Amino acid sequence: MTRLPRWADVVLVPLISLLLAGIISALVILAIGQSPTEALKTMVIGAVGSPYAWGYTLYYATSFIFTGLAVTVAFHASLFNIGGEGQAQLGGLGVALVCLSLPWPHWTLALPAAMIGAALFGAAWAAIPAYLQARRGSHIVITTIMFNYIGAALIIYMLVNVLRPAGQMDPATARFPEGTKLPTLHEIPGLNLIFDKQVPANVTLFVALVACWLVWLLLWRTRLGYEIRAFGKSEKAAIYAGISPVRITMIAMLISGALAGLMSINNVMGESERLLQNSAEGAGFIGIAVALMGRNHPVGVLLAAILFGFLFQGGAELGLWTSIPIELRTVVQGLVILFTGALDHMVRMLLGLFVAPRRTEVA
Amino acid sequence: MDYATLLQILDSTLRLATPLLLACLAGLFSERSGIFDIGLEGKMLMAAMCTGAVAAMTGQVWLGVLAGIVGSMLFAVVHGLASITFRGNQLISGVALNFVASGITVLIAQSLFRQGGRTPPLSGDARFNPIELPFAETLSNLPVIGPFYSEVLSGHTALVYIGLLCVPLTWWVLYRSRFGLRLRAVGENPASVDTAGISVVRLRYTAVIITGILCGLAGAYMAAGLQAGFGKEMTAGRGYIALAALIFAKWRPWYALMATLLFGFFQALALRPDVIAKTLHFAIPVPALDALPYILTVIVLAGFVGRAIPPRAGGEPYVKER
Repeated sequence: MTRLPRWADVVLVPLISLLLAGIISALVILAIGQSPTEALKTMVIGAVGSPYAWGYTLYYATSFIFTGLAVTVAFHASLFNIGGEGQAQLGGLGVALVCLSLPWPHWTLALPAAMIGAALFGAAWAAIPAYLQARRGSHIVITTIMFNYIGAALIIYMLVNVLRPAGQMDPATARFPEGTKLPTLHEIPGLNLIFDKQVPANVTLFVALVACWLVWLLLWRTRLGYEIRAFGKSEKAAIYAGISPVRITMIAMLISGALAGLMSINNVMGESERLLQNSAEGAGFIGIAVALMGRNHPVGVLLAAILFGFLFQGGAELGLWTSIPIELRTVVQGLVILFTGALDHMVRMLLGLFVAPRRTEVA
Repeated sequence: MDYATLLQILDSTLRLATPLLLACLAGLFSERSGIFDIGLEGKMLMAAMCTGAVAAMTGQVWLGVLAGIVGSMLFAVVHGLASITFRGNQLISGVALNFVASGITVLIAQSLFRQGGRTPPLSGDARFNPIELPFAETLSNLPVIGPFYSEVLSGHTALVYIGLLCVPLTWWVLYRSRFGLRLRAVGENPASVDTAGISVVRLRYTAVIITGILCGLAGAYMAAGLQAGFGKEMTAGRGYIALAALIFAKWRPWYALMATLLFGFFQALALRPDVIAKTLHFAIPVPALDALPYILTVIVLAGFVGRAIPPRAGGEPYVKER
């Protein structure tokens, strides 16, 4: 097995994976009779070409930071949480219940309360799969997938039968009160010099940045983080060191679920201002790609989230201005996951041809 | 609920269970060989698109099925490469391929037909037509059994019967053939299979390709049997329901038939909320019925109703001893 120098493993492997995904996407664009360079130009202009475009890219990136961190924390305990999508949707339910329960006077009061609601509901949705993994040995991947579907059904039921205001046709909650409205980057003094138009990116971006720092602090500067990483590296060694597998599995998954739930501050409270069906719009799944691409480190997650924000916004622009369907971004997302997560040995072998490898025998 | 309504529901149960059954048996081959496959959904979707496109262009449904199988096998081979040759994470590979399939099917369908990512509606020979079983007409006058035979069992498309035949066939292959013995062994203890001089890699690739073929049939049935053409995300989570059924069935073929029929029955009931309300005298919300297969699977996984133990070597790449 090829062992690469650390810098190559951290920087080159994701970059090569991205390059491979890019090349294949370019071939796909060529195959459907479009120009890859035109496509790239449209994406760059539409996603990073103006402050207005950045407003959208950063809005998506904010959501992806949360879901990426959610997958990261679980990954460090060697748990693969595919349930981010369901946890984020349930988090949205928590936000909606908090926002609709009181006539909030100001967003500074509503935001912490809604964050607690989002985190609690997200964590609750991760708690059952976590318990089943820890105590009953059922595979967390399968149970979290199942909980995505159960969550979606629960949200539909809540929206149609419980939370929908009388006389409204579409399955959604009532609009949140004025006092819960989060300021967008356009409304923040100082930043409004850059963002001169209304953009969806809002103060949640700063919450997300703080979350990155806190997750770093948790994983590398606390005893709990050490226990999570030790458990993830070797369960046997962790048990020998007196770390309880049940406790770590539960805690890691609860934190993961809470982080996924917190993303709904951004989209439900910050953007749509009411809870809609399928509110997470796949961001829970993109968290997988972001975590893999970001090498399970908060800094990497931040960069990868911005990259996927670019991809998401750029892909939407493609759908608007060219005849390349918006679904191209799903293809790129899948390819990035494939190369960084499943074909990483292949990428390392490729790299080993160029970077002086340190050959070590791995039994 | 009167007998006629029951027959109607059982009829749609069989129709709705078929894609689940084919995908479930597909997953069975892969997982029994030790390769986890959460990419059933993506393979079905790819097959549905290929079938829809080729059947629409040629007007021949069987050419469509062939194309569907090829499309699904393409994804199966990539999954094989990632999980067997390059020893990657099988779960991540499956998730990734589902995303690729979800996007690429729309891209291809849109560039071929420019109809918003759909394939044109199929009709006539481009679609599967119902097959009347022999004596369906004459036997229909018999009490109870007659209508059951002519209404529920007869009048389905070819793939429904092929799917049902696949169950005993899978059972025979798995438990009565040399290949099946080896397949089960490689999923439990690949090292022992390797020691016996049998190639682990070849066995697993064979299993993954069989998975591709069966998923191809499942997708083809979606596009040319259950519906008339491919639409975006038309499999709507059926690959995951099949996965749930596979666990529910504890990786055994006859149980797979029963699990998929049960889940098909839930889907059929979800289409007829009026019948439930009349029979039970209270309304069960449709989302609850939609979620039922997943809830049942979680309960089974939790080990409250018997234990579901997956093949021992599942999910782990095999590294030959040196």
